[in-house]
Amino acid sequence: MLDGVTCSYGGQRVLDDVDLTIPPRQFSGIVGPSGSGRTTLLRAVTGAVRPVSGTVSRRAGLRVGYVPQVETVDWSFPVTVGECVLMARRSERPLPWPSRGEKAEVSRVLGRLGIDALAGRHIRELSGGQQQRVFIARALLGRPQLLLMDEPTSGVDVKTRHEVLHLLDDLNGDGLAIVLTTHDLNGIAAHLPHLVCLNRRVIGAGPPREVLTTEVLERTYDARLEVLQHGGMPVVVDPLASLNRSPSQGRL
Amino acid sequence: MAPFEFAFFRNGLAVATIAGGLCGLVGVYVVLRGMSYIGHGLSHAIFGGFAASALLGVNYFLGAGVWGFASALMINRITRRRVIGSDAAIGVITTASFALGLALFAVFGNNGAGSFDAALFGSILGVGAEDVVAITLVAVFAVAVIFLRYRALLFTTFDPEVAAVSGVNLARIDALLMLVLAASILATMTVLGVTLVAATLVIPATVARMLTDSFSRMLILASIIGATSGAVGMNLSYHLDVQSGPTIVLVGATAFGIVFAFTGRQGQRRAARLDAHPEPVAVLPPPPRDTERSAV
Repeated sequence: MLDGVTCSYGGQRVLDDVDLTIPPRQFSGIVGPSGSGRTTLLRAVTGAVRPVSGTVSRRAGLRVGYVPQVETVDWSFPVTVGECVLMARRSERPLPWPSRGEKAEVSRVLGRLGIDALAGRHIRELSGGQQQRVFIARALLGRPQLLLMDEPTSGVDVKTRHEVLHLLDDLNGDGLAIVLTTHDLNGIAAHLPHLVCLNRRVIGAGPPREVLTTEVLERTYDARLEVLQHGGMPVVVDPLASLNRSPSQGRL
Repeated sequence: MAPFEFAFFRNGLAVATIAGGLCGLVGVYVVLRGMSYIGHGLSHAIFGGFAASALLGVNYFLGAGVWGFASALMINRITRRRVIGSDAAIGVITTASFALGLALFAVFGNNGAGSFDAALFGSILGVGAEDVVAITLVAVFAVAVIFLRYRALLFTTFDPEVAAVSGVNLARIDALLMLVLAASILATMTVLGVTLVAATLVIPATVARMLTDSFSRMLILASIIGATSGAVGMNLSYHLDVQSGPTIVLVGATAFGIVFAFTGRQGQRRAARLDAHPEPVAVLPPPPRDTERSAV
Protein backbone atom coordinates (compact mmCIF):
# COMPACT_ATOMS: atom_id res chain seq x y z
CA MET A 1 0.00 0.00 0.00
CA LEU A 2 2.73 2.50 1.01
CA ASP A 3 5.96 1.89 -0.85
CA GLY A 4 8.95 3.99 0.21
CA VAL A 5 6.69 6.91 1.09
CA THR A 6 8.33 10.13 2.24
CA CYS A 7 6.22 13.14 3.19
CA SER A 8 7.42 16.54 4.31
CA TYR A 9 5.97 19.85 5.44
CA GLY A 10 8.00 22.92 4.62
CA GLY A 11 11.07 20.86 3.87
CA GLN A 12 10.93 18.94 7.14
CA ARG A 13 10.43 15.21 6.76
CA VAL A 14 7.46 13.84 8.63
CA LEU A 15 7.49 10.38 7.08
CA ASP A 16 10.72 8.88 5.80
CA ASP A 17 10.76 5.93 3.44
CA VAL A 18 7.75 4.18 4.95
CA ASP A 19 6.75 0.77 3.63
CA LEU A 20 3.44 -0.53 4.89
CA THR A 21 0.83 -2.95 3.61
CA ILE A 22 -2.61 -3.31 5.13
CA PRO A 23 -4.20 -6.64 4.29
CA PRO A 24 -7.99 -6.95 4.02
CA ARG A 25 -9.83 -7.28 7.36
CA GLN A 26 -6.78 -6.26 9.40
CA PHE A 27 -7.31 -4.27 12.61
CA SER A 28 -4.18 -2.27 13.14
CA GLY A 29 -3.01 0.53 15.40
CA ILE A 30 -0.29 3.08 14.78
CA VAL A 31 1.57 4.34 17.83
CA GLY A 32 4.37 6.82 18.16
CA PRO A 33 5.32 10.08 19.87
CA SER A 34 3.97 13.50 18.91
CA GLY A 35 5.32 14.48 15.51
CA SER A 36 6.04 10.89 14.54
CA GLY A 37 3.87 11.14 11.43
CA ARG A 38 0.84 9.10 12.53
CA THR A 39 -1.79 11.50 11.20
CA THR A 40 0.28 12.22 8.11
CA LEU A 41 0.40 8.51 7.38
CA LEU A 42 -3.40 8.32 7.49
CA ARG A 43 -3.69 11.43 5.33
CA ALA A 44 -1.25 9.97 2.82
CA VAL A 45 -3.50 6.91 2.54
CA THR A 46 -6.59 9.08 1.99
CA GLY A 47 -4.80 11.19 -0.62
CA ALA A 48 -4.94 14.39 1.41
CA VAL A 49 -1.13 14.50 1.55
CA ARG A 50 0.95 13.89 -1.53
CA PRO A 51 4.25 12.07 -0.86
CA VAL A 52 7.43 13.79 -2.05
CA SER A 53 8.69 10.36 -2.99
CA GLY A 54 7.38 6.83 -2.98
CA THR A 55 3.93 5.66 -3.96
CA VAL A 56 0.61 5.09 -2.24
CA SER A 57 -1.44 2.51 -4.06
CA ARG A 58 -4.84 1.04 -3.41
CA ARG A 59 -6.77 -1.90 -4.71
CA ALA A 60 -9.01 -0.83 -7.57
CA GLY A 61 -12.41 0.26 -6.33
CA LEU A 62 -11.41 0.28 -2.67
CA ARG A 63 -13.79 2.38 -0.56
CA VAL A 64 -12.10 4.26 2.28
CA GLY A 65 -13.80 5.91 5.25
CA TYR A 66 -12.01 8.51 7.36
CA VAL A 67 -12.79 9.57 10.92
CA PRO A 68 -10.86 12.69 12.02
CA GLN A 69 -10.08 13.66 15.59
CA VAL A 70 -13.26 14.95 17.21
CA GLU A 71 -11.33 17.95 18.54
CA THR A 72 -10.85 19.29 15.01
CA VAL A 73 -14.57 19.79 14.45
CA ASP A 74 -16.78 22.75 15.37
CA TRP A 75 -19.42 20.97 17.43
CA SER A 76 -21.55 24.10 17.60
CA PHE A 77 -22.12 23.90 13.84
CA PRO A 78 -25.87 23.96 13.13
CA VAL A 79 -26.53 20.35 12.12
CA THR A 80 -28.29 17.41 13.71
CA VAL A 81 -26.84 13.92 13.98
CA GLY A 82 -28.92 12.77 11.00
CA GLU A 83 -27.82 15.73 8.86
CA CYS A 84 -24.20 15.16 9.81
CA VAL A 85 -24.29 11.52 8.74
CA LEU A 86 -26.18 12.34 5.54
CA MET A 87 -23.35 14.60 4.39
CA ALA A 88 -21.49 11.46 3.34
CA ARG A 89 -24.22 10.10 1.07
CA ARG A 90 -22.66 9.27 -2.23
CA SER A 91 -25.61 9.41 -4.59
CA GLU A 92 -25.61 11.83 -7.50
CA ARG A 93 -29.14 12.91 -6.57
CA PRO A 94 -29.15 16.70 -7.12
CA LEU A 95 -31.88 17.50 -4.59
CA PRO A 96 -30.85 18.86 -1.17
CA TRP A 97 -33.06 16.50 0.76
CA PRO A 98 -32.37 12.75 1.03
CA SER A 99 -34.38 10.04 -0.67
CA ARG A 100 -36.33 7.47 1.34
CA GLY A 101 -33.61 4.95 0.62
CA GLU A 102 -30.92 7.30 1.94
CA LYS A 103 -32.95 8.00 5.07
CA ALA A 104 -33.36 4.26 5.62
CA GLU A 105 -29.62 3.73 5.13
CA VAL A 106 -28.81 6.42 7.73
CA SER A 107 -31.28 4.84 10.12
CA ARG A 108 -29.68 1.44 9.58
CA VAL A 109 -26.15 2.76 10.22
CA LEU A 110 -27.20 4.71 13.31
CA GLY A 111 -29.02 1.63 14.59
CA ARG A 112 -25.92 -0.48 13.99
CA LEU A 113 -23.98 1.91 16.24
CA GLY A 114 -26.75 2.15 18.83
CA ILE A 115 -27.46 5.87 18.34
CA ASP A 116 -30.59 5.83 16.15
CA ALA A 117 -32.51 7.62 18.92
CA LEU A 118 -30.15 10.58 18.57
CA ALA A 119 -30.82 11.31 14.89
CA GLY A 120 -32.73 14.52 15.59
CA ARG A 121 -30.35 15.85 18.24
CA HIS A 122 -27.98 18.73 17.64
CA ILE A 123 -24.39 17.44 17.56
CA ARG A 124 -23.39 19.76 20.41
CA GLU A 125 -25.65 17.82 22.77
CA LEU A 126 -23.68 14.58 22.42
CA SER A 127 -21.17 13.00 24.78
CA GLY A 128 -17.62 12.29 23.59
CA GLY A 129 -18.44 8.66 22.84
CA GLN A 130 -21.60 9.60 20.96
CA GLN A 131 -19.69 12.15 18.89
CA GLN A 132 -17.22 9.46 17.94
CA ARG A 133 -20.07 7.13 16.95
CA VAL A 134 -21.61 9.84 14.77
CA PHE A 135 -18.34 10.23 12.89
CA ILE A 136 -18.02 6.47 12.51
CA ALA A 137 -21.62 6.34 11.24
CA ARG A 138 -20.84 9.03 8.69
CA ALA A 139 -17.83 7.06 7.50
CA LEU A 140 -19.83 3.81 7.37
CA LEU A 141 -22.53 5.39 5.20
CA GLY A 142 -20.14 5.09 2.25
CA ARG A 143 -19.85 1.34 2.97
CA PRO A 144 -16.06 1.47 3.28
CA GLN A 145 -13.80 -1.57 3.17
CA LEU A 146 -11.05 0.31 5.00
CA LEU A 147 -11.74 2.65 7.93
CA LEU A 148 -9.01 5.11 8.95
CA MET A 149 -9.41 6.73 12.37
CA ASP A 150 -7.29 9.47 13.90
CA GLU A 151 -7.11 9.17 17.69
CA PRO A 152 -10.63 7.77 18.14
CA THR A 153 -10.32 7.58 21.92
CA SER A 154 -8.56 10.87 22.53
CA GLY A 155 -10.12 12.76 25.42
CA VAL A 156 -12.75 10.16 26.31
CA ASP A 157 -13.19 8.40 29.65
CA VAL A 158 -12.35 4.76 30.31
CA LYS A 159 -15.91 3.49 29.85
CA THR A 160 -16.27 5.26 26.49
CA ARG A 161 -12.87 3.98 25.44
CA HIS A 162 -14.04 0.41 26.11
CA GLU A 163 -17.27 1.02 24.17
CA VAL A 164 -15.46 2.44 21.16
CA LEU A 165 -12.90 -0.36 21.17
CA HIS A 166 -15.58 -3.06 21.33
CA LEU A 167 -17.60 -1.33 18.62
CA LEU A 168 -14.55 -1.28 16.35
CA ASP A 169 -13.88 -4.91 17.14
CA ASP A 170 -17.44 -5.76 16.07
CA LEU A 171 -17.05 -3.80 12.83
CA ASN A 172 -13.76 -5.55 12.16
CA GLY A 173 -15.53 -8.84 12.80
CA ASP A 174 -17.96 -7.88 10.02
CA GLY A 175 -15.02 -7.71 7.61
CA LEU A 176 -14.03 -4.04 7.84
CA ALA A 177 -10.28 -3.32 7.82
CA ILE A 178 -9.44 -0.66 10.43
CA VAL A 179 -6.33 1.43 10.96
CA LEU A 180 -6.34 3.80 13.90
CA THR A 181 -3.76 6.05 15.48
CA THR A 182 -3.45 6.22 19.23
CA HIS A 183 -1.12 7.47 21.91
CA ASP A 184 -2.65 5.10 24.45
CA LEU A 185 -0.27 2.15 24.63
CA ASN A 186 -1.99 0.23 27.43
CA GLY A 187 -5.63 1.22 27.00
CA ILE A 188 -5.83 0.71 23.24
CA ALA A 189 -2.66 -0.41 21.49
CA ALA A 190 -1.99 -3.49 23.64
CA HIS A 191 -5.51 -4.78 22.90
CA LEU A 192 -5.26 -4.60 19.11
CA PRO A 193 -4.34 -7.59 16.97
CA HIS A 194 -1.67 -5.68 15.05
CA LEU A 195 0.52 -2.68 15.84
CA VAL A 196 2.84 -0.38 13.93
CA CYS A 197 5.42 1.60 15.91
CA LEU A 198 6.20 4.76 13.98
CA ASN A 199 8.72 7.50 14.40
CA ARG A 200 8.90 8.92 10.90
CA ARG A 201 9.99 5.43 9.92
CA VAL A 202 8.37 2.14 10.74
CA ILE A 203 10.30 0.92 13.78
CA GLY A 204 8.35 -2.27 14.28
CA ALA A 205 5.16 -3.97 13.12
CA GLY A 206 3.35 -7.05 14.28
CA PRO A 207 1.25 -8.36 17.18
CA PRO A 208 1.58 -6.27 20.37
CA ARG A 209 3.45 -8.95 22.28
CA GLU A 210 6.13 -8.90 19.57
CA VAL A 211 6.23 -5.15 19.04
CA LEU A 212 5.80 -3.76 22.54
CA THR A 213 9.31 -4.51 23.68
CA THR A 214 11.75 -2.31 25.52
CA GLU A 215 14.04 -2.08 22.51
CA VAL A 216 11.34 -1.16 19.96
CA LEU A 217 9.71 1.34 22.32
CA GLU A 218 13.02 3.01 23.09
CA ARG A 219 13.70 3.45 19.38
CA THR A 220 10.17 4.72 18.84
CA TYR A 221 9.89 7.15 21.74
CA ASP A 222 13.54 7.97 22.39
CA ALA A 223 12.84 7.13 26.01
CA ARG A 224 13.37 4.16 28.27
CA LEU A 225 10.12 2.29 28.84
CA GLU A 226 9.70 -0.99 30.67
CA VAL A 227 7.35 -3.73 29.53
CA LEU A 228 5.69 -6.05 32.02
CA GLN A 229 3.42 -8.97 31.31
CA HIS A 230 -0.03 -9.09 32.85
CA GLY A 231 -2.47 -11.88 32.00
CA GLY A 232 -0.53 -12.62 28.84
CA MET A 233 -0.65 -9.00 27.67
CA PRO A 234 2.17 -6.48 27.59
CA VAL A 235 1.88 -3.52 29.96
CA VAL A 236 4.11 -0.53 29.25
CA VAL A 237 5.51 1.30 32.27
CA ASP A 238 7.36 4.59 32.26
CA PRO A 239 9.75 4.35 35.19
CA LEU A 240 10.71 8.01 34.99
CA ALA A 241 7.10 9.07 35.46
CA SER A 242 7.20 7.95 39.08
CA LEU A 243 8.09 10.77 41.43
CA ASN A 244 9.25 8.25 44.06
CA ARG A 245 7.66 10.17 46.91
CA SER A 246 6.24 8.54 49.97
CA PRO A 247 2.76 9.70 51.09
CA SER A 248 4.36 11.54 54.02
CA GLN A 249 6.30 13.72 51.56
CA GLY A 250 3.07 15.30 50.41
CA ARG A 251 1.61 15.60 46.95
CA LEU A 252 2.05 17.98 44.11
CA MET B 1 -48.20 56.92 -3.60
CA ALA B 2 -44.74 58.42 -3.10
CA PRO B 3 -42.18 57.03 -3.27
CA PHE B 4 -43.55 54.09 -5.28
CA GLU B 5 -44.56 56.33 -8.18
CA PHE B 6 -40.86 56.81 -8.96
CA ALA B 7 -39.28 54.18 -11.17
CA PHE B 8 -35.86 54.64 -9.57
CA PHE B 9 -37.34 53.85 -6.16
CA ARG B 10 -39.19 50.79 -7.39
CA ASN B 11 -35.98 49.57 -8.99
CA GLY B 12 -34.00 50.37 -5.87
CA LEU B 13 -36.50 48.60 -3.66
CA ALA B 14 -36.45 45.51 -5.86
CA VAL B 15 -32.65 45.44 -5.91
CA ALA B 16 -32.33 46.06 -2.16
CA THR B 17 -34.84 43.31 -1.33
CA ILE B 18 -33.33 40.73 -3.68
CA ALA B 19 -29.79 41.73 -2.73
CA GLY B 20 -30.63 41.48 0.97
CA GLY B 21 -32.05 37.99 0.53
CA LEU B 22 -29.15 36.95 -1.68
CA CYS B 23 -26.48 38.22 0.70
CA GLY B 24 -28.32 36.63 3.63
CA LEU B 25 -28.30 33.28 1.83
CA VAL B 26 -24.65 33.41 0.77
CA GLY B 27 -23.70 34.92 4.12
CA VAL B 28 -24.60 31.66 5.88
CA TYR B 29 -21.61 30.00 4.23
CA VAL B 30 -19.46 33.06 4.81
CA VAL B 31 -20.02 33.18 8.57
CA LEU B 32 -19.99 29.41 9.15
CA ARG B 33 -16.67 29.15 7.30
CA GLY B 34 -15.20 31.93 9.43
CA MET B 35 -14.85 34.05 6.29
CA SER B 36 -16.48 37.27 7.49
CA TYR B 37 -13.26 39.16 6.90
CA ILE B 38 -13.08 37.76 3.39
CA GLY B 39 -16.52 39.16 2.59
CA HIS B 40 -15.40 42.54 3.88
CA GLY B 41 -12.13 42.42 1.98
CA LEU B 42 -13.64 41.14 -1.22
CA SER B 43 -16.05 44.06 -1.51
CA HIS B 44 -13.07 46.39 -1.23
CA ALA B 45 -11.11 44.38 -3.76
CA ILE B 46 -13.96 44.60 -6.25
CA PHE B 47 -13.82 48.38 -5.96
CA GLY B 48 -10.43 48.19 -7.70
CA GLY B 49 -12.03 46.28 -10.56
CA PHE B 50 -14.89 48.76 -10.61
CA ALA B 51 -12.46 51.64 -11.11
CA ALA B 52 -10.33 49.76 -13.62
CA SER B 53 -13.32 48.75 -15.75
CA ALA B 54 -14.54 52.36 -15.72
CA LEU B 55 -11.12 53.55 -16.83
CA LEU B 56 -10.82 50.97 -19.60
CA GLY B 57 -14.39 51.40 -20.73
CA VAL B 58 -15.10 47.72 -20.05
CA ASN B 59 -18.56 46.60 -18.96
CA TYR B 60 -18.74 47.09 -15.20
CA PHE B 61 -20.18 43.66 -14.39
CA LEU B 62 -17.64 41.92 -16.60
CA GLY B 63 -14.55 43.85 -15.52
CA ALA B 64 -15.27 44.07 -11.82
CA GLY B 65 -16.67 40.52 -11.89
CA VAL B 66 -13.49 38.99 -13.27
CA TRP B 67 -11.44 41.09 -10.86
CA GLY B 68 -13.60 40.06 -7.93
CA PHE B 69 -13.59 36.37 -8.81
CA ALA B 70 -9.80 36.36 -9.19
CA SER B 71 -9.44 38.13 -5.83
CA ALA B 72 -11.85 35.69 -4.20
CA LEU B 73 -9.95 32.68 -5.49
CA MET B 74 -6.66 34.16 -4.30
CA ILE B 75 -8.09 34.95 -0.87
CA ASN B 76 -9.64 31.51 -0.53
CA ARG B 77 -6.40 29.81 -1.54
CA ILE B 78 -4.43 31.77 1.03
CA THR B 79 -7.00 31.00 3.73
CA ARG B 80 -7.00 27.29 2.98
CA ARG B 81 -3.24 26.92 2.74
CA ARG B 82 -2.21 29.42 5.37
CA VAL B 83 0.85 30.25 3.31
CA ILE B 84 1.17 33.36 5.41
CA GLY B 85 -1.20 34.70 8.04
CA SER B 86 -4.56 34.73 6.23
CA ASP B 87 -5.84 37.92 7.84
CA ALA B 88 -2.65 39.75 6.90
CA ALA B 89 -2.72 38.37 3.37
CA ILE B 90 -6.37 39.32 2.87
CA GLY B 91 -5.65 42.77 4.25
CA VAL B 92 -2.81 43.27 1.80
CA ILE B 93 -4.62 41.98 -1.29
CA THR B 94 -7.93 43.71 -0.72
CA THR B 95 -6.74 47.04 0.60
CA ALA B 96 -4.18 47.23 -2.21
CA SER B 97 -6.97 46.64 -4.70
CA PHE B 98 -9.15 49.24 -2.96
CA ALA B 99 -6.26 51.73 -2.94
CA LEU B 100 -5.70 51.08 -6.63
CA GLY B 101 -9.34 51.91 -7.26
CA LEU B 102 -9.04 55.16 -5.32
CA ALA B 103 -5.87 56.09 -7.20
CA LEU B 104 -7.44 55.35 -10.59
CA PHE B 105 -10.44 57.51 -9.73
CA ALA B 106 -8.15 60.30 -8.51
CA VAL B 107 -5.93 60.28 -11.60
CA PHE B 108 -8.40 59.52 -14.38
CA GLY B 109 -11.75 60.53 -12.89
CA ASN B 110 -14.77 58.27 -12.82
CA ASN B 111 -15.04 58.14 -16.62
CA GLY B 112 -18.81 57.91 -16.48
CA ALA B 113 -18.86 55.09 -13.95
CA GLY B 114 -21.19 56.97 -11.64
CA SER B 115 -20.81 58.76 -8.35
CA PHE B 116 -17.76 57.98 -6.26
CA ASP B 117 -19.82 58.30 -3.07
CA ALA B 118 -22.49 56.00 -4.49
CA ALA B 119 -19.85 53.34 -5.12
CA LEU B 120 -18.64 53.61 -1.55
CA PHE B 121 -21.93 53.99 0.31
CA GLY B 122 -24.65 53.00 -2.14
CA SER B 123 -27.43 55.01 -3.71
CA ILE B 124 -30.87 54.25 -5.03
CA LEU B 125 -30.54 57.05 -7.56
CA GLY B 126 -28.11 55.03 -9.63
CA VAL B 127 -30.28 51.94 -9.77
CA GLY B 128 -31.77 51.17 -13.15
CA ALA B 129 -33.79 48.37 -14.68
CA GLU B 130 -30.56 46.67 -15.78
CA ASP B 131 -29.50 46.43 -12.12
CA VAL B 132 -32.79 44.69 -11.31
CA VAL B 133 -32.14 42.20 -14.09
CA ALA B 134 -28.53 41.69 -12.97
CA ILE B 135 -29.38 41.05 -9.31
CA THR B 136 -32.22 38.74 -10.31
CA LEU B 137 -29.94 36.69 -12.54
CA VAL B 138 -27.28 36.47 -9.82
CA ALA B 139 -29.91 35.46 -7.26
CA VAL B 140 -31.25 32.71 -9.54
CA PHE B 141 -27.68 31.51 -10.15
CA ALA B 142 -26.86 31.51 -6.42
CA VAL B 143 -30.05 29.66 -5.46
CA ALA B 144 -29.43 27.12 -8.21
CA VAL B 145 -25.86 26.50 -7.06
CA ILE B 146 -26.89 26.15 -3.42
CA PHE B 147 -29.82 23.90 -4.33
CA LEU B 148 -27.88 21.62 -6.66
CA ARG B 149 -24.63 21.52 -4.64
CA TYR B 150 -26.26 21.59 -1.20
CA ARG B 151 -24.56 18.51 0.21
CA ALA B 152 -21.09 19.36 -1.10
CA LEU B 153 -21.29 22.96 0.14
CA LEU B 154 -22.52 21.86 3.55
CA PHE B 155 -19.91 19.10 3.85
CA THR B 156 -16.99 21.33 2.85
CA THR B 157 -18.19 24.03 5.23
CA PHE B 158 -18.51 21.65 8.18
CA ASP B 159 -15.60 19.27 7.64
CA PRO B 160 -13.54 19.96 4.51
CA GLU B 161 -10.95 17.25 5.09
CA VAL B 162 -13.46 14.42 5.36
CA ALA B 163 -15.49 15.90 2.52
CA ALA B 164 -12.43 15.61 0.29
CA VAL B 165 -11.84 12.02 1.36
CA SER B 166 -15.52 11.30 0.63
CA GLY B 167 -15.10 12.33 -2.97
CA VAL B 168 -16.07 16.01 -2.87
CA ASN B 169 -13.82 18.14 -5.06
CA LEU B 170 -12.81 20.74 -2.49
CA ALA B 171 -11.10 23.13 -4.89
CA ARG B 172 -14.06 23.11 -7.29
CA ILE B 173 -16.64 23.68 -4.56
CA ASP B 174 -14.58 26.49 -3.03
CA ALA B 175 -14.22 28.12 -6.44
CA LEU B 176 -17.96 27.81 -7.04
CA LEU B 177 -18.74 29.45 -3.70
CA MET B 178 -16.23 32.22 -4.39
CA LEU B 179 -17.87 32.81 -7.76
CA VAL B 180 -21.30 33.10 -6.12
CA LEU B 181 -19.86 35.37 -3.42
CA ALA B 182 -18.10 37.67 -5.89
CA ALA B 183 -21.19 37.87 -8.12
CA SER B 184 -23.41 38.64 -5.12
CA ILE B 185 -21.16 41.43 -3.89
CA LEU B 186 -20.84 42.84 -7.38
CA ALA B 187 -24.58 42.96 -8.00
CA THR B 188 -25.23 44.40 -4.54
CA MET B 189 -22.65 47.18 -4.61
CA THR B 190 -24.85 49.67 -6.46
CA VAL B 191 -27.34 49.86 -3.61
CA LEU B 192 -25.22 49.14 -0.58
CA GLY B 193 -21.83 50.44 -1.55
CA VAL B 194 -18.41 48.89 -1.08
CA THR B 195 -18.05 49.69 2.58
CA LEU B 196 -21.33 48.17 3.71
CA VAL B 197 -21.79 45.04 1.61
CA ALA B 198 -19.96 42.89 4.16
CA ALA B 199 -22.52 43.78 6.82
CA THR B 200 -25.35 42.37 4.73
CA LEU B 201 -23.41 39.14 4.37
CA VAL B 202 -22.71 38.81 8.07
CA ILE B 203 -25.67 40.30 9.97
CA PRO B 204 -28.61 38.24 8.60
CA ALA B 205 -26.64 34.99 8.89
CA THR B 206 -25.56 35.80 12.43
CA VAL B 207 -29.12 36.69 13.46
CA ALA B 208 -30.39 33.47 11.85
CA ARG B 209 -27.73 31.45 13.66
CA MET B 210 -28.94 32.84 16.98
CA LEU B 211 -32.47 31.72 16.14
CA THR B 212 -31.90 28.14 15.00
CA ASP B 213 -29.68 25.07 15.29
CA SER B 214 -30.74 23.77 11.88
CA PHE B 215 -28.62 24.50 8.82
CA SER B 216 -31.50 24.42 6.34
CA ARG B 217 -33.63 26.69 8.54
CA MET B 218 -30.65 29.02 8.92
CA LEU B 219 -30.48 29.40 5.12
CA ILE B 220 -34.17 30.28 4.93
CA LEU B 221 -34.16 32.61 7.95
CA ALA B 222 -31.05 34.48 6.81
CA SER B 223 -32.60 35.05 3.38
CA ILE B 224 -35.82 36.36 4.91
CA ILE B 225 -34.01 38.61 7.39
CA GLY B 226 -31.75 39.95 4.65
CA ALA B 227 -34.62 40.64 2.26
CA THR B 228 -36.69 42.30 4.98
CA SER B 229 -33.76 44.48 6.04
CA GLY B 230 -33.29 45.50 2.42
CA ALA B 231 -36.94 46.39 1.88
CA VAL B 232 -37.40 48.22 5.19
CA GLY B 233 -34.02 49.94 4.91
CA MET B 234 -34.76 51.17 1.40
CA ASN B 235 -38.06 52.72 2.49
CA LEU B 236 -36.42 54.36 5.48
CA SER B 237 -33.64 55.60 3.22
CA TYR B 238 -36.19 57.52 1.14
CA HIS B 239 -38.17 58.94 4.05
CA LEU B 240 -35.15 59.86 6.18
CA ASP B 241 -33.16 61.10 3.20
CA VAL B 242 -30.17 58.98 4.21
CA GLN B 243 -28.11 56.87 1.84
CA SER B 244 -29.55 53.41 1.22
CA GLY B 245 -26.50 51.43 2.37
CA PRO B 246 -26.36 52.79 5.93
CA THR B 247 -30.12 52.48 6.51
CA ILE B 248 -30.25 48.87 5.30
CA VAL B 249 -27.32 47.95 7.50
CA LEU B 250 -28.80 49.79 10.49
CA VAL B 251 -32.10 47.91 10.08
CA GLY B 252 -30.14 44.65 10.10
CA ALA B 253 -28.12 45.76 13.10
CA THR B 254 -31.35 46.61 14.93
CA ALA B 255 -32.67 43.13 14.20
CA PHE B 256 -29.42 41.74 15.54
CA GLY B 257 -29.78 43.75 18.75
CA ILE B 258 -33.38 42.63 19.29
CA VAL B 259 -32.64 38.95 18.67
CA PHE B 260 -29.48 39.14 20.75
CA ALA B 261 -31.50 40.52 23.67
CA PHE B 262 -34.40 38.08 23.38
CA THR B 263 -32.58 34.82 22.66
CA GLY B 264 -30.36 35.36 25.68
CA ARG B 265 -27.60 32.91 26.43
CA GLN B 266 -28.89 30.33 23.98
CA GLY B 267 -28.56 32.71 21.06
CA GLN B 268 -25.20 33.95 22.23
CA ARG B 269 -23.92 30.38 22.63
CA ARG B 270 -25.06 29.48 19.13
CA ALA B 271 -23.29 32.48 17.61
CA ALA B 272 -20.25 32.30 19.84
CA ARG B 273 -18.02 30.43 17.39
CA LEU B 274 -18.94 32.24 14.22
CA ASP B 275 -15.64 34.07 14.17
CA ALA B 276 -13.69 30.83 14.32
CA HIS B 277 -11.38 30.34 11.38
CA PRO B 278 -11.66 27.09 9.46
CA GLU B 279 -8.98 24.48 9.90
CA PRO B 280 -6.40 24.82 7.17
CA VAL B 281 -6.86 22.13 4.57
CA ALA B 282 -4.54 21.76 1.66
CA VAL B 283 -6.15 21.73 -1.75
CA LEU B 284 -6.12 18.07 -2.48
CA PRO B 285 -4.14 16.39 -5.19
CA PRO B 286 -5.83 13.59 -7.10
CA PRO B 287 -6.32 10.48 -4.94
CA PRO B 288 -3.70 7.77 -5.07
CA ARG B 289 -3.97 5.83 -8.25
CA ASP B 290 -5.91 2.63 -8.11
CA THR B 291 -3.95 -0.46 -8.91
CA GLU B 292 -4.70 -4.09 -9.18
CA ARG B 293 -2.54 -5.02 -6.19
CA SER B 294 -3.98 -7.70 -4.04
CA ALA B 295 -3.38 -5.83 -0.80
CA VAL B 296 -5.94 -3.32 0.46
